[in-house]
Amino acid sequence: MLLAELATLFRRLRVKVLLGVLAAIPAALALAVYLSGGPSSGRGPTFLDQVSHNGMFAALAGLTVAIPFFLPLVVAVVSGDAIAGEANLGTLRYLLTRPSGRTRLLATKAATVAVFCLAATVAVALGGLIAGVILFPIGKVVTLSGTTISLLEGIARTFAAAGIVAASLLGLASIGLFVSTLTDAPVGAMAATAGFAVLSAVLDNVPQTRAIHPWLFTHHWLAFGDLLRSPVRWTDIVADLRLQLGYIAVFATMAWARFSTKDVLA
Amino acid sequence: MTTPALAIETSGLTKRFGDMAAVDGIDLAVPVGSVFGFLGPNGSGKTTTIRVLLGLINASEGSWQVLGRSMPDAARDVLPDVGALIEGPAFYPWLTGRQNLVRFDAAGPDAQRSTRRQRIDDALARVGLTAVANKKVRAYSFGMRQRLGLAMALLRPRQLLILDEPTNGMDPQGTREIRNLTKELAAEGATVFLSSHLLSEVEQICSHVAVMSLGKLLAQGTIAELQAAGGTKLRVETDDAALAAQILERLGLAELTVDGTTVLARLDGHRPEDCNRELVMAGVGVRSLSAIHPTLEDTFVALTGEGFDVAR
Repeated sequence: MLLAELATLFRRLRVKVLLGVLAAIPAALALAVYLSGGPSSGRGPTFLDQVSHNGMFAALAGLTVAIPFFLPLVVAVVSGDAIAGEANLGTLRYLLTRPSGRTRLLATKAATVAVFCLAATVAVALGGLIAGVILFPIGKVVTLSGTTISLLEGIARTFAAAGIVAASLLGLASIGLFVSTLTDAPVGAMAATAGFAVLSAVLDNVPQTRAIHPWLFTHHWLAFGDLLRSPVRWTDIVADLRLQLGYIAVFATMAWARFSTKDVLA
Repeated sequence: MTTPALAIETSGLTKRFGDMAAVDGIDLAVPVGSVFGFLGPNGSGKTTTIRVLLGLINASEGSWQVLGRSMPDAARDVLPDVGALIEGPAFYPWLTGRQNLVRFDAAGPDAQRSTRRQRIDDALARVGLTAVANKKVRAYSFGMRQRLGLAMALLRPRQLLILDEPTNGMDPQGTREIRNLTKELAAEGATVFLSSHLLSEVEQICSHVAVMSLGKLLAQGTIAELQAAGGTKLRVETDDAALAAQILERLGLAELTVDGTTVLARLDGHRPEDCNRELVMAGVGVRSLSAIHPTLEDTFVALTGEGFDVAR
């Protein structure tokens, strides 16, 4: 069932376009750096100043640029559509009378959204890597701590970073899945989910709400950069993953409680 | 497992939305092997009933069994044997007809991969969609989607088919094919539960009917039973209508109407031959005498009222 679900998702034009746009973001970024001859060191998003020295950093710069806005938006679109989209199409009634089982369907949807999160961040990393290799020299990687690692290890850490970012998005994805069980209007669910991401990011930037900052699901979204330190600093990454697990537990349970008893009228 | 006598059985089934009872304590009994017409005006609660039967919405009160198993607890075991078309077809427009069937087939708890291709080919052929199987559903007409919906209901051998307005949006050929298909399925032993408001269609293919109005079940039974309940009339052509009417009234026939040389009256259990004898013995010249059975439409209107407006 999961395979069929994934096939249904990834055959959709909308999803293909989203992934394409995500891959284009770091490519555009790399192109901009290439055309302008490189930004002055120390300015712009993290990793951007490194791109002209080593094309591999285009992938990491891409992740840094995509995570505050593009990635949450895309995840909101797919997770908000998960159940509400089926309800809107009317396919939900046919899935449930097949019968796919409500818990089983929700679990499949959750797994699919998780796979999509990974596909989204890998698209960014791949787009950046390809553009970086084409436009810039590549070679040994200088970490944020100043030490040098091999290119292969650098690339491995880049994809590990993509994995961490994907995991960081799961909290938001579970909120999206929950909202998606509340309505038959997918656009509403998408907008509400994106709204939560914006709200969390805004609160995270207001000093007065400092007390709740560690509990905001966007708070550790840039922690993946610590993978490029030597040795890797795990504190923030682990805190991030733990927090995401908490969000998943709460919102997945709420989604299940809602969906398993819902009257399906669509 | 013993074969149950009823494919669908509900007792006191009620579904309330807020204050309004969309389905109000219905006791439905659908015999195994019947082609059961489920009739009712728009908004009478047919679709809500079907959704409850299939476990899509929770009942407020009452219990129901499908294929002899208590629902919704047995949904996982029962529903694979039930094919359904609920309130029109619904598909993923960006997938082809075939891909849609694969997707739904794979979503079940009993996905038999090895036979899937063959089953899909057979189902598509059965509803005449083989030629467009690999076109995206986006490009399908409504009638084609309806056919694809039927193909989905036929992906597995089913004991029960619940078809909600299956000929909606179909051309005359399609309607005819659906009718033949329904007959075929019934001949193969499936119980067909058919909701419709096309009375002529129901009259042609159904063995049983139930009539709903305002959430209540007004009547159910074989078509003959329902028509008998609707009131068979006696029609007499005579040279002396006034006298004939007088005699029939004395016999106890109600709702007498005289129109020229024709007398009409409700038979209400009287035998036409007895009436005839009385008339002739009284010296009335009877030119013709017949018992007129009401059409299903007459019965339906008698039960649900003439009004055109949506009742609520």
